[in-house]
Amino acid sequence: MTAPDTVTAQAAALARGDCSSVELTQRALDRIASMQSLNAFITVDTEGALAQAREADAARVRGTAGPLAGIPIAHKDVLMTAGLRTTCGSRMLADFVSPYDAHVVGLLKRAGTVLVGKTNMDEFAMGSSNENSHFGPVRNPWNRSLVPGGSSGGSAAAVAAGIVAGATGTDTGGSIRQPASFTGITGLKPTYGLCSRYGLVAFASSLDTPGVFAHSAHDCALLLTAMAGHDERDSTSLSHAQEDYARDIDASPSDAHKPLAGVRIGLPREYFASGVESEVAGVVDQALGTMRSLGATLVEIGLPTVRHSVPAYYVIAPAEASSNLSRFDGVRYGYRARDYRDLDDMYRRTRAEAFGEEVKRRILVGTYVLSHGYYDAYYLKAQQVRRLIADDFRRAFAEVDFIAGPVAPTPAFAIGDRRDDPVQMYLGDIFTIAANLTGIPALSLPAGFTRDGRPVGLQLQASYLRESALLAAAHRFQQATDWHARRPDLARVAGA
Amino acid sequence: MSLSLDDVRRIADLARIALSDDEAAGVHAKLASIFGLVDELLAIPTDGVEPMAHAQSIALPLRDDAVTERDERQAYQRVAPATDAGLYLVPKVIE
Repeated sequence: MTAPDTVTAQAAALARGDCSSVELTQRALDRIASMQSLNAFITVDTEGALAQAREADAARVRGTAGPLAGIPIAHKDVLMTAGLRTTCGSRMLADFVSPYDAHVVGLLKRAGTVLVGKTNMDEFAMGSSNENSHFGPVRNPWNRSLVPGGSSGGSAAAVAAGIVAGATGTDTGGSIRQPASFTGITGLKPTYGLCSRYGLVAFASSLDTPGVFAHSAHDCALLLTAMAGHDERDSTSLSHAQEDYARDIDASPSDAHKPLAGVRIGLPREYFASGVESEVAGVVDQALGTMRSLGATLVEIGLPTVRHSVPAYYVIAPAEASSNLSRFDGVRYGYRARDYRDLDDMYRRTRAEAFGEEVKRRILVGTYVLSHGYYDAYYLKAQQVRRLIADDFRRAFAEVDFIAGPVAPTPAFAIGDRRDDPVQMYLGDIFTIAANLTGIPALSLPAGFTRDGRPVGLQLQASYLRESALLAAAHRFQQATDWHARRPDLARVAGA
Repeated sequence: MSLSLDDVRRIADLARIALSDDEAAGVHAKLASIFGLVDELLAIPTDGVEPMAHAQSIALPLRDDAVTERDERQAYQRVAPATDAGLYLVPKVIE
C-alpha cells in the first residue's frame, strides 16, 4: 500500500489507526534526506519533529488529539518558530533563533501538526523564482533544471515532492499562487487580515498574507480552518467569526452533475488579451471549459486598471519594505559586520554585506519613492492607482462570484533565465499582484501540463472572506479532474 | 523622471547601505530599468482619487491602557550581536 500523501488521507489513516504519526513523520524526514538535491529545506528539526509525533500519537490514545494531530507539515522560513532558526533566506538572519512562535505557527501546533522543518525561500520573500536565497536556489520536483517559483518555493517543492502533505507560505504579490502553479499543487492566499501576521517577518505589511500549500482544495480548507482567526497582536487582524472552511465542500450540491450550476465566473478581457504563453492559455481555456461543463456560467468582464498593477505594486511593496527592513541594523538581532569605523559605518557595512542584491534594490527603490520630492509623484500616486484597481474588482464582484484566469504568463522557467533582469521577473507577477493590492482571497489549482511536462495552474479569485465558496468551487473542479492527483517521478528526484 | 547616479548614491546613503563606486554603476542601471517600468504610473489620471493605504478600511482598534507584555528582555537579547548588563552594545558615539 502506498502511504497517504494528502492531509485528508493522512488524517483519515491516523484516525483509523492505519499508521502512527511517528511513522508519517519518519517518512517525511527520510524524504527530506533523500531529496536534498531539491534544496527545499533550510532547517530540519528531526528530534523535535519525532517528539511532537510521539506526543500526537499519545494524544490520540488519550482521546485529546486535535483535528490535524500527527500530520507532518513545514513552515516557510519567514514565520517565527520558537527555538528554531528563522532565516528569511537571508545572510542577515542566518543564525537567528526565533524567540517566539508566529500566531499561525502556534495555531497549527495547537491543532496537532508536527513541524518537520523550515523551507527555503527568496530572501525576505522578495522574488518569484527562489533564486534570491542566501541558501541557494530551490529546484522544481518536476524538472530539477527549473525554478519552483517564489518566493515560497521551498514549501511548494516540499509538498509537490510528497515530503509533507501541507506547508505554509506567505503571499505578498503571488508568492503562494505562482509557486503552486509552477509545481502542480493547490495554493491559497486568504483574505488580507484573516490569518494573523504576528511573527511573520515583515516585507510589505499592507500586502503580506499567510496562507497554505497542499495537493487539494480540501486539504487547504483543513489547514486554513486551523490557522485563521482573530489575533489582537496584529492590529490588522479581522474580527471574523471562526469558520469551517470545508463547510461548502462537504455540503452536497443540488445537482450532482452540475455542481457549479448558478456560479458566475468572470473572465477579465485584460487577462486573455496578450502576453500569455500559448500553452498556458490553452490549459486555462480547457480548465474553463471544465468549469462550464460543471454548470458554471462564464462571463466576460473588464478590469481596465489591472494592467497598472505591476508598476503600482513595485512602488508600494518596496516603499513598505524599505521601512520594515530598516530594523536590520546589526544592533538588536542578526548579522553585524566585522570591520567598521563607527556606528554609522557599522550600519552601512552590516546592511551591504548581509542583504542580497534584490533586497538592496527594493530598499533603494522604496527609499527613493518615499524621499522628499518624490513621495507624491510615486508613492501617493501608486496608492491612488491601488484604489482604482480595487474599484475595478468591486464592480466586477457585483456581477460575478469568481474571477478566473492564468496564475502567471508562463510555466516554470529555467534556473538562471531571468536572474539578471529584475523587470522581466516583475512582469511575471501581472496576474497575481492585484489580489494583494485589493486584499481579496485567491488560489491556484492544478489545471494541466505543457507538452514538455511543466505544470500549469488556474487562478480563481473571490471577494473578501469568500474562502469557503472559493475552496468549494476548486474542490468541484478537482472532483471532475485529476491534475491535482498527478505526482512527479519521485524516483528521479530522489536519484543522484 | 530619470534617476541619476548621484540619486543612487544619495538614496544608498539614506538607506544606510554601503555602495562602492563600482557597485553604484551596476545598481544605477538596474534601478533605471525598474523606474522605466514604474514611470508608467505618472501618466495615469488620478485627480480626486483617495489614496488606498490598506486592503481593509478598518479603524485601528484600541486596547485598554494596561500592561499586557511580560519582560522578555533576556530572551530577546539572546539573539543580539553584542549586549552587556541588559544593554545593546554599539561603537562609541560620543568621545
